[in-house]
Amino acid sequence: MASLFDWVNERAPNLAPTFRKHMTEYYAPKNFNLWYYFGSLAMLVLVNQIVTGIFLTMNYKTSALEAFNSVEYIMRDVEWGWLIRYMHSTGASLFFVVVFLHMFRGIMYGSFKRPRELVWILGMLIFLVLMAEAFMGYVLPWGNMSFWGAKVIISLFGTIPYIGSSLVEWIMGDFLPADATLNRFFALHVIALPLVLLLLVVLHLAALHEVGSNNPDGVDVKHGPKGNRWDADKPKDAVPFHPYYTVKDLFGVGFFLTIAAFIIFFAPTFGGWFLEHDNFTPANNLVTPSHIKPSWYFTPFYAILRMIPSFFGTAIWGVIGMFGSILLLALLPWIDKGAVRSVRYRGLGFRIALGVLVVSFLSLGAVGAGVTAELIPAWFPHADVTTWENAFGRLMALGYFGFFLFVWVYTRFGFEKTKPVPERVTMHD
Amino acid sequence: MIKRYVFSVALALGLFVATLPVLAAEGGEDLPSAGTNVNDRAALQRGARLFFNYCVGCHSLKYVRYSRLATDLGLSEDEVMSNLNFTGAKFGEPVLSHMPADGAKAWFGKEPPDLSLEARAKGVDFIFNYLNAFYLDPSRPVGWNNTVFPNASMPNPLWELQGLQVAVHGEAKPGQEATVEKLELQRPGRMTPDEFRGATRDLATFLEYTAEPAALERQSVGVWVILFLAGLTFLLYLVKHEYWKDVHEEH
Repeated sequence: MASLFDWVNERAPNLAPTFRKHMTEYYAPKNFNLWYYFGSLAMLVLVNQIVTGIFLTMNYKTSALEAFNSVEYIMRDVEWGWLIRYMHSTGASLFFVVVFLHMFRGIMYGSFKRPRELVWILGMLIFLVLMAEAFMGYVLPWGNMSFWGAKVIISLFGTIPYIGSSLVEWIMGDFLPADATLNRFFALHVIALPLVLLLLVVLHLAALHEVGSNNPDGVDVKHGPKGNRWDADKPKDAVPFHPYYTVKDLFGVGFFLTIAAFIIFFAPTFGGWFLEHDNFTPANNLVTPSHIKPSWYFTPFYAILRMIPSFFGTAIWGVIGMFGSILLLALLPWIDKGAVRSVRYRGLGFRIALGVLVVSFLSLGAVGAGVTAELIPAWFPHADVTTWENAFGRLMALGYFGFFLFVWVYTRFGFEKTKPVPERVTMHD
Repeated sequence: MIKRYVFSVALALGLFVATLPVLAAEGGEDLPSAGTNVNDRAALQRGARLFFNYCVGCHSLKYVRYSRLATDLGLSEDEVMSNLNFTGAKFGEPVLSHMPADGAKAWFGKEPPDLSLEARAKGVDFIFNYLNAFYLDPSRPVGWNNTVFPNASMPNPLWELQGLQVAVHGEAKPGQEATVEKLELQRPGRMTPDEFRGATRDLATFLEYTAEPAALERQSVGVWVILFLAGLTFLLYLVKHEYWKDVHEEH
């Protein structure tokens, strides 16, 4: 063993130091809290998606005629096929759960701020690729919601002036989502996008380890006192990733897997949220589902699309709004100019704005998922549902975009009254 | 310090709880519950008998094999082949109706759908209530209508069990057709209303099973997986706690 190590070390002398830098001896602030589990959990889900995905492709048939049947074949005749598929479908939804919480953590503790802008941008790229990956994966079972979801989402590109309609045809390879669409989505879902995703994850981590992790206090541990019990030159308030965060994250993994197992074994469709009822009917271009809506993780963005009306004879404003809502997140390091990172020491205005962002985002999700369309007539039998829904949805869209505008004005023109930031990290457990 | 930690946890939980009403709202069908239990093997067997006597003439279960039925319902090959298989299909073959597709379109206006996944697409509550909601309606092509699925093209296949129901209409608003207020049993069938509800519940249970045969297995596997993971998580917590003593002491 030792001689093998020497043999490798002689030929690749940088390997061991790189491993130490990024894994075992990566020094991370010691005051990570609950919110810091979600990064490693996202990695765990990514691995789960790749491994279960490999086994699904062994039995899935990439053809509009056979796709739906082959999924049912996996569910019934393949040994443990149902488990593999439920792990993949539940994993897709939980991926977004952990990624949303991971992103919220970044906004809350100012992890996107200098010098971690690159980490944030790479993370946003991961988020974009993940959305494309999830959308294309959702089309593959070729259920009726797969078909209509694909049709609606792809037709968004049709709003682009001049090239729109030919672009839509080019994406689908047909005049409707069809066999050609299914085949290219399979190629992208199974090979192209996972490769990009993995590359971006490596870059995201490399960029993070270059600058070091932020923490709930938003204090730079690198600028604090030096020397801890493991290394005289490393920050006093940091601990080596291994074993401290490996054992801590493993505990998080155990907790997370227990919840995931509960969903997989006892509620795999999650009441129609993780696997929709309409997707247990094969794709049919003649029968439209009563409510076409995207998967739950797209609903906040879909609601922004729906809430912005067409004018000047084009519906592109909604599409711009939807993509803009994601672009604004990516631009956060330049929108939020506040010097203090963590919400713990930021001004009251920021705290309120953050709350508004969360409420707006969740409410937009409810609007996009059609929940408000069901609740409004139940609560207010005489209300005009469309008017009320539009009023509520637009207010929430205003709240979402308002967050960015407010934070820019608030921090750019010095309205923020921050609290004193401690010299060193605080710990409380 | 503790306060802030509690606040963090509360916020995380709050975000989760805030999404619960949204989750609950998804099942927003107002149909009474079918009250099925897919693990009730006797109900599955009774439901299968009803299905193969009254439904398979028109509806297939193309994703369900006779052999799998035998395994999952605790029946022998002989029992399945002589009591449930009336089409001459082989034991390992799927349950296919012998109704010709062209004929079906001509007779009902629409090919009777495959029912393998009906319980997942429409829900067991829908199936149960639908089967109880047929009434005589001479204005419809086949003489039947349904309150749960108005203008369905399917006649009541179970009428000899249920009897004949007729609709009691309410006052018609001007310009609108009178709505059905309730259904009344005009002529009793071979079963009492309670027996019939039980029979349709069995049928719904059987279709719940055909929609997801794994449902029989996954919960019993799941209990052990969760017990294992919960135990593992506890041990991992102890490991974490032990290691982190160093860090806390130093602090």
